[in-house]
Amino acid sequence: MTFPPPASLDPEALRAETPILGREVHGRPLVYLDHAASAQRPRAVIDAMARHYERHHANVHRGAHQLSAEATDAYEAARAAIAAFLGAPEARSLVFVRNATEAINLLARAWGDTHLRPGDEILIPVSEHHANLVPWQMAAERTGARIVPIPLRADHRLDLDAFAERLSGRTKLVAIGHMSNVLGVVHPVAEIAERAHEVGAQVFVDGAQAAPHLPVDVADLGVDAYAVSGHKMMGPTGIGALWVRADLLASLPPFLGGGEMIAKVDMERSTYADIPNRFEAGTPAVAEAVGWHAATDVLREIGMDAVWAHDHALGEAMIARFDAIDGVTTFGPRGADRGGILPFVVDGVHPHDVATALDAEGIAVRSGHHCAQPLMAALGVPSTVRASTHVTTTDAEIEALADAVVRARDFFAPRP
Amino acid sequence: MSLMEQIYKTVILERSRTPRHRGVLDDPAIRQEGVNPSCGDELTLSLRIEDGVVQDAKFEGHGCAISAASADLMLDALHGATVEEARSFSAAFKAMIRGEPVPTHLDLGELTALEGIRHLHARVKCATLPWTTLEAALDGATGPVSDEA
Repeated sequence: MTFPPPASLDPEALRAETPILGREVHGRPLVYLDHAASAQRPRAVIDAMARHYERHHANVHRGAHQLSAEATDAYEAARAAIAAFLGAPEARSLVFVRNATEAINLLARAWGDTHLRPGDEILIPVSEHHANLVPWQMAAERTGARIVPIPLRADHRLDLDAFAERLSGRTKLVAIGHMSNVLGVVHPVAEIAERAHEVGAQVFVDGAQAAPHLPVDVADLGVDAYAVSGHKMMGPTGIGALWVRADLLASLPPFLGGGEMIAKVDMERSTYADIPNRFEAGTPAVAEAVGWHAATDVLREIGMDAVWAHDHALGEAMIARFDAIDGVTTFGPRGADRGGILPFVVDGVHPHDVATALDAEGIAVRSGHHCAQPLMAALGVPSTVRASTHVTTTDAEIEALADAVVRARDFFAPRP
Repeated sequence: MSLMEQIYKTVILERSRTPRHRGVLDDPAIRQEGVNPSCGDELTLSLRIEDGVVQDAKFEGHGCAISAASADLMLDALHGATVEEARSFSAAFKAMIRGEPVPTHLDLGELTALEGIRHLHARVKCATLPWTTLEAALDGATGPVSDEA
């Protein structure tokens, strides 16, 4: 895998544009290291949504009046911008949903229920987020298909040899995250897609963690579907998107029924709209689409190469800093394919206690199983602490984290 | 006193490091499992109840300092208590941890060290898990219980 050459961004300038980072927590300046759960919003996103409500809001499509036309234009402009951000060849193959989880559920229903048969196999890495596992387990239960796990190597990278061994004519789908929300590793999705396509399988990618952190081009990756969440990309909550290869999307039945998604309705039956409207029943999240559009503008302006270089460098800095702390164990591979996510445990101290100690110093991290229980089992721990970075994260925040982890260790497990 | 010292009182740290009631009772005993899946906390409570009185009780499992201290201090209170007293303690402890009034006739003793947890919304379920497990044991539950909705 090749990554772009290092670029640079100015986290301090971006912090100045992110109002929430100016607040204090427990009397200490906020150190926000939970970006993998949800990023924080730049002022541009908050302003874009306020402007939409103050100037342009109305329901989209069908309205003959001026506001509805403006809102529709803004909504469709957001679709085009987000499709372009993901390298999608055409905007009509991008469906707005609530979040990446809903996107995967849409696929599991609309594609899974119509394409999976008893004995078919779905290959899924053991490190996947539950959002990319449970919908497929449910689809497997409905259809008689079965889940085949792809194991990790000892270095916590995907075992590509085991993947190749498991691929067969029975493989109908490879469901894989582009970037692990726990291990921070970027999977070689293009290579996986190529091999999966050789046996005729579809490749659906959970891009919730990758899209905020690295350049994504669905056409270059050669995948069949790609799911993202707005709030992890500094956009609003309540909106996400599913990109699907246009010919595949056009062949799928609706997921939810209602307004917006129909062509003609009579009391007995309806015909359905063309894509993408067929998959967007009901009034969509218009202001959220506008806000997300603004977020992708911010990311585009920074440059996703620079975002990746920044996160990767912070990831390396965290690993180096934590390696020097006795009594702390970190997880995940090391190298060029690792971003700014670090799962760790303080030996003998429960991750929740560590997280509470960090919170007492104003440092926000996550603790728990990170919606990846099979991965926790593979790592041999019930849960971990997880620190995650983004464009506003500074070296000083990494230092503050490491110092606070040392204090937490000494507080809970005083050494002789 | 620092925020951490307010939350993790000395007795909480001591009991989580060196619990007095860790272990599993031999049969015949009631055994009940409690789990908080989002933390990965797991606790097995075993109780020997004779003539309506808790004669012996132990807990085993892995969890955070708060759940471990809560379990160990709970078992202090349970030894020699009647089943009715055990239920009253549980109700009183949960009231305290939720910031609700605690019946004045009940003395929670060292358990009051956990009172500060009520300000940590994410950690309340850690403190209540042993008690929910106790209630399930007394109610004759058939499977593991949880304090997560």
